[in-house]
Amino acid sequence: MNFDPTRPIYLQIMEEVKKRAVRGNYAAGEQLPSVRDMATQMGVNPNTMSRAYQELEREGFIHTKRGEGSFLTHESVRIESERTGLAQAACAHFVVQLRDLALDAATTRHLLQRVEEEVNE
Amino acid sequence: MATVEINDLAKRYRGTQALRGLNLRLASGCVTGILGENGSGKSTLFRILAGVTRPTRGQVLIDGLRIGVDTRRITAYLPEVDAFYAWMSIEEQLEFLASFYPEWDQAKARELTQFMKLKGEAKIGELSKGQRARLKFIVAFSWPSRLILLDEPLGGIDPPSRARIMRAMVQEFRAEEQTILISTHLVAEIEEFVEQVVFLHDGEVALQGNADALRTDRGESLSQMLEEVLS
Repeated sequence: MNFDPTRPIYLQIMEEVKKRAVRGNYAAGEQLPSVRDMATQMGVNPNTMSRAYQELEREGFIHTKRGEGSFLTHESVRIESERTGLAQAACAHFVVQLRDLALDAATTRHLLQRVEEEVNE
Repeated sequence: MATVEINDLAKRYRGTQALRGLNLRLASGCVTGILGENGSGKSTLFRILAGVTRPTRGQVLIDGLRIGVDTRRITAYLPEVDAFYAWMSIEEQLEFLASFYPEWDQAKARELTQFMKLKGEAKIGELSKGQRARLKFIVAFSWPSRLILLDEPLGGIDPPSRARIMRAMVQEFRAEEQTILISTHLVAEIEEFVEQVVFLHDGEVALQGNADALRTDRGESLSQMLEEVLS
C-alpha cells in the first residue's frame, strides 16, 4: 500500500479498513484478517496495525472476540455512515483544491455538472 | 524482548568524537529507527550495543545487564559489512553459523532462504550485494534473539532486494519477543516500519519520539524531519 509519509500511518490504515468495508471487500459482521496478516498485506509494522485495530474498536467499527479474532461491525448503518463520512472528506478536499484555483461556487457547480454529463455519456 | 538503556554514552576514536553523551531508553517489543547521515554515530552505537567496541564513557544496559557474554547471547548484530566466507556455499555458511548459536533454527533458516529466493548451493563469492544483504537477514532471523541490531541493512542494494527484506521483516518480527534497532540513512524505505525514531546528528540525539506522534505534531515525513535535523 502507498502511504502518505507525512500523516500518521495508523490513521491511514484505519481509513483503508473503512474504505474496504464501504466497498464491500468485507461484509458487515465478517471476520477480518489477523493483525499479522493485515500488517503483511499492507507492509506495515504489526504494532502499528495493532494500534489501528484498537482505535477502530474504540470507534465501534470493529470488535474483537478473545481467541477468535476481529470482526467488522454487524451494523450496516454504521458502514453506510462511514461511506458518507469518507465522501464528505473527499468533497471537502475537492472544494479546497478548486478554491485554490479561485473558482466561485456557481462555476464549480457548472463544471461539475458538465463533467458528470461527460462521464455518463 | 529487550529493553535498552543508554546513559551518558560517549565514544572517542583517535581525534574523533563519535558519540557525545547519549541518553536513551528504548522500549522493548518495538522497532526503533536510528536515523542519521553517515558519520552521525549510528554504527558506533550499534558496535557498542553488540559488545564489539567499548565506550569511552557512560553505560549501556540491555535488560538490565551490562554488555558482555550474557547480552551477546541474546543479541543478533548485523554489521554493515558482513563477515561471510566467499568460498562457502550459502548452505555451508548457514551450517557453520548454526554452530555458534545454541538456539539456531535450521528449518527457519531453510524457510527464509527460500523466501529470500536464494539457492543453498550458491557460492557466497558469487552473490550480488543484494543477495548478500538478504543472507545477512536470514542469519539474524534464524534464531530467537531478543535484540536485533540491523546496521544499514538496505544501503547500496537493488530495490527488489530491499523490498524482499522489508517484506520479510514485517513477517518475521515477533513483537512479543523481540526488539529491533535499525539504522539507516535511507529513511523513506522504512517510514512504514519503524514505530519509534531517534535522529542522531554529530554524535548527539537531535530528535526522538513515536513516529506517528511526530507526524501528527509536525505534519512531516521522517525523511523531511531528517533534513531539518541536518540543517
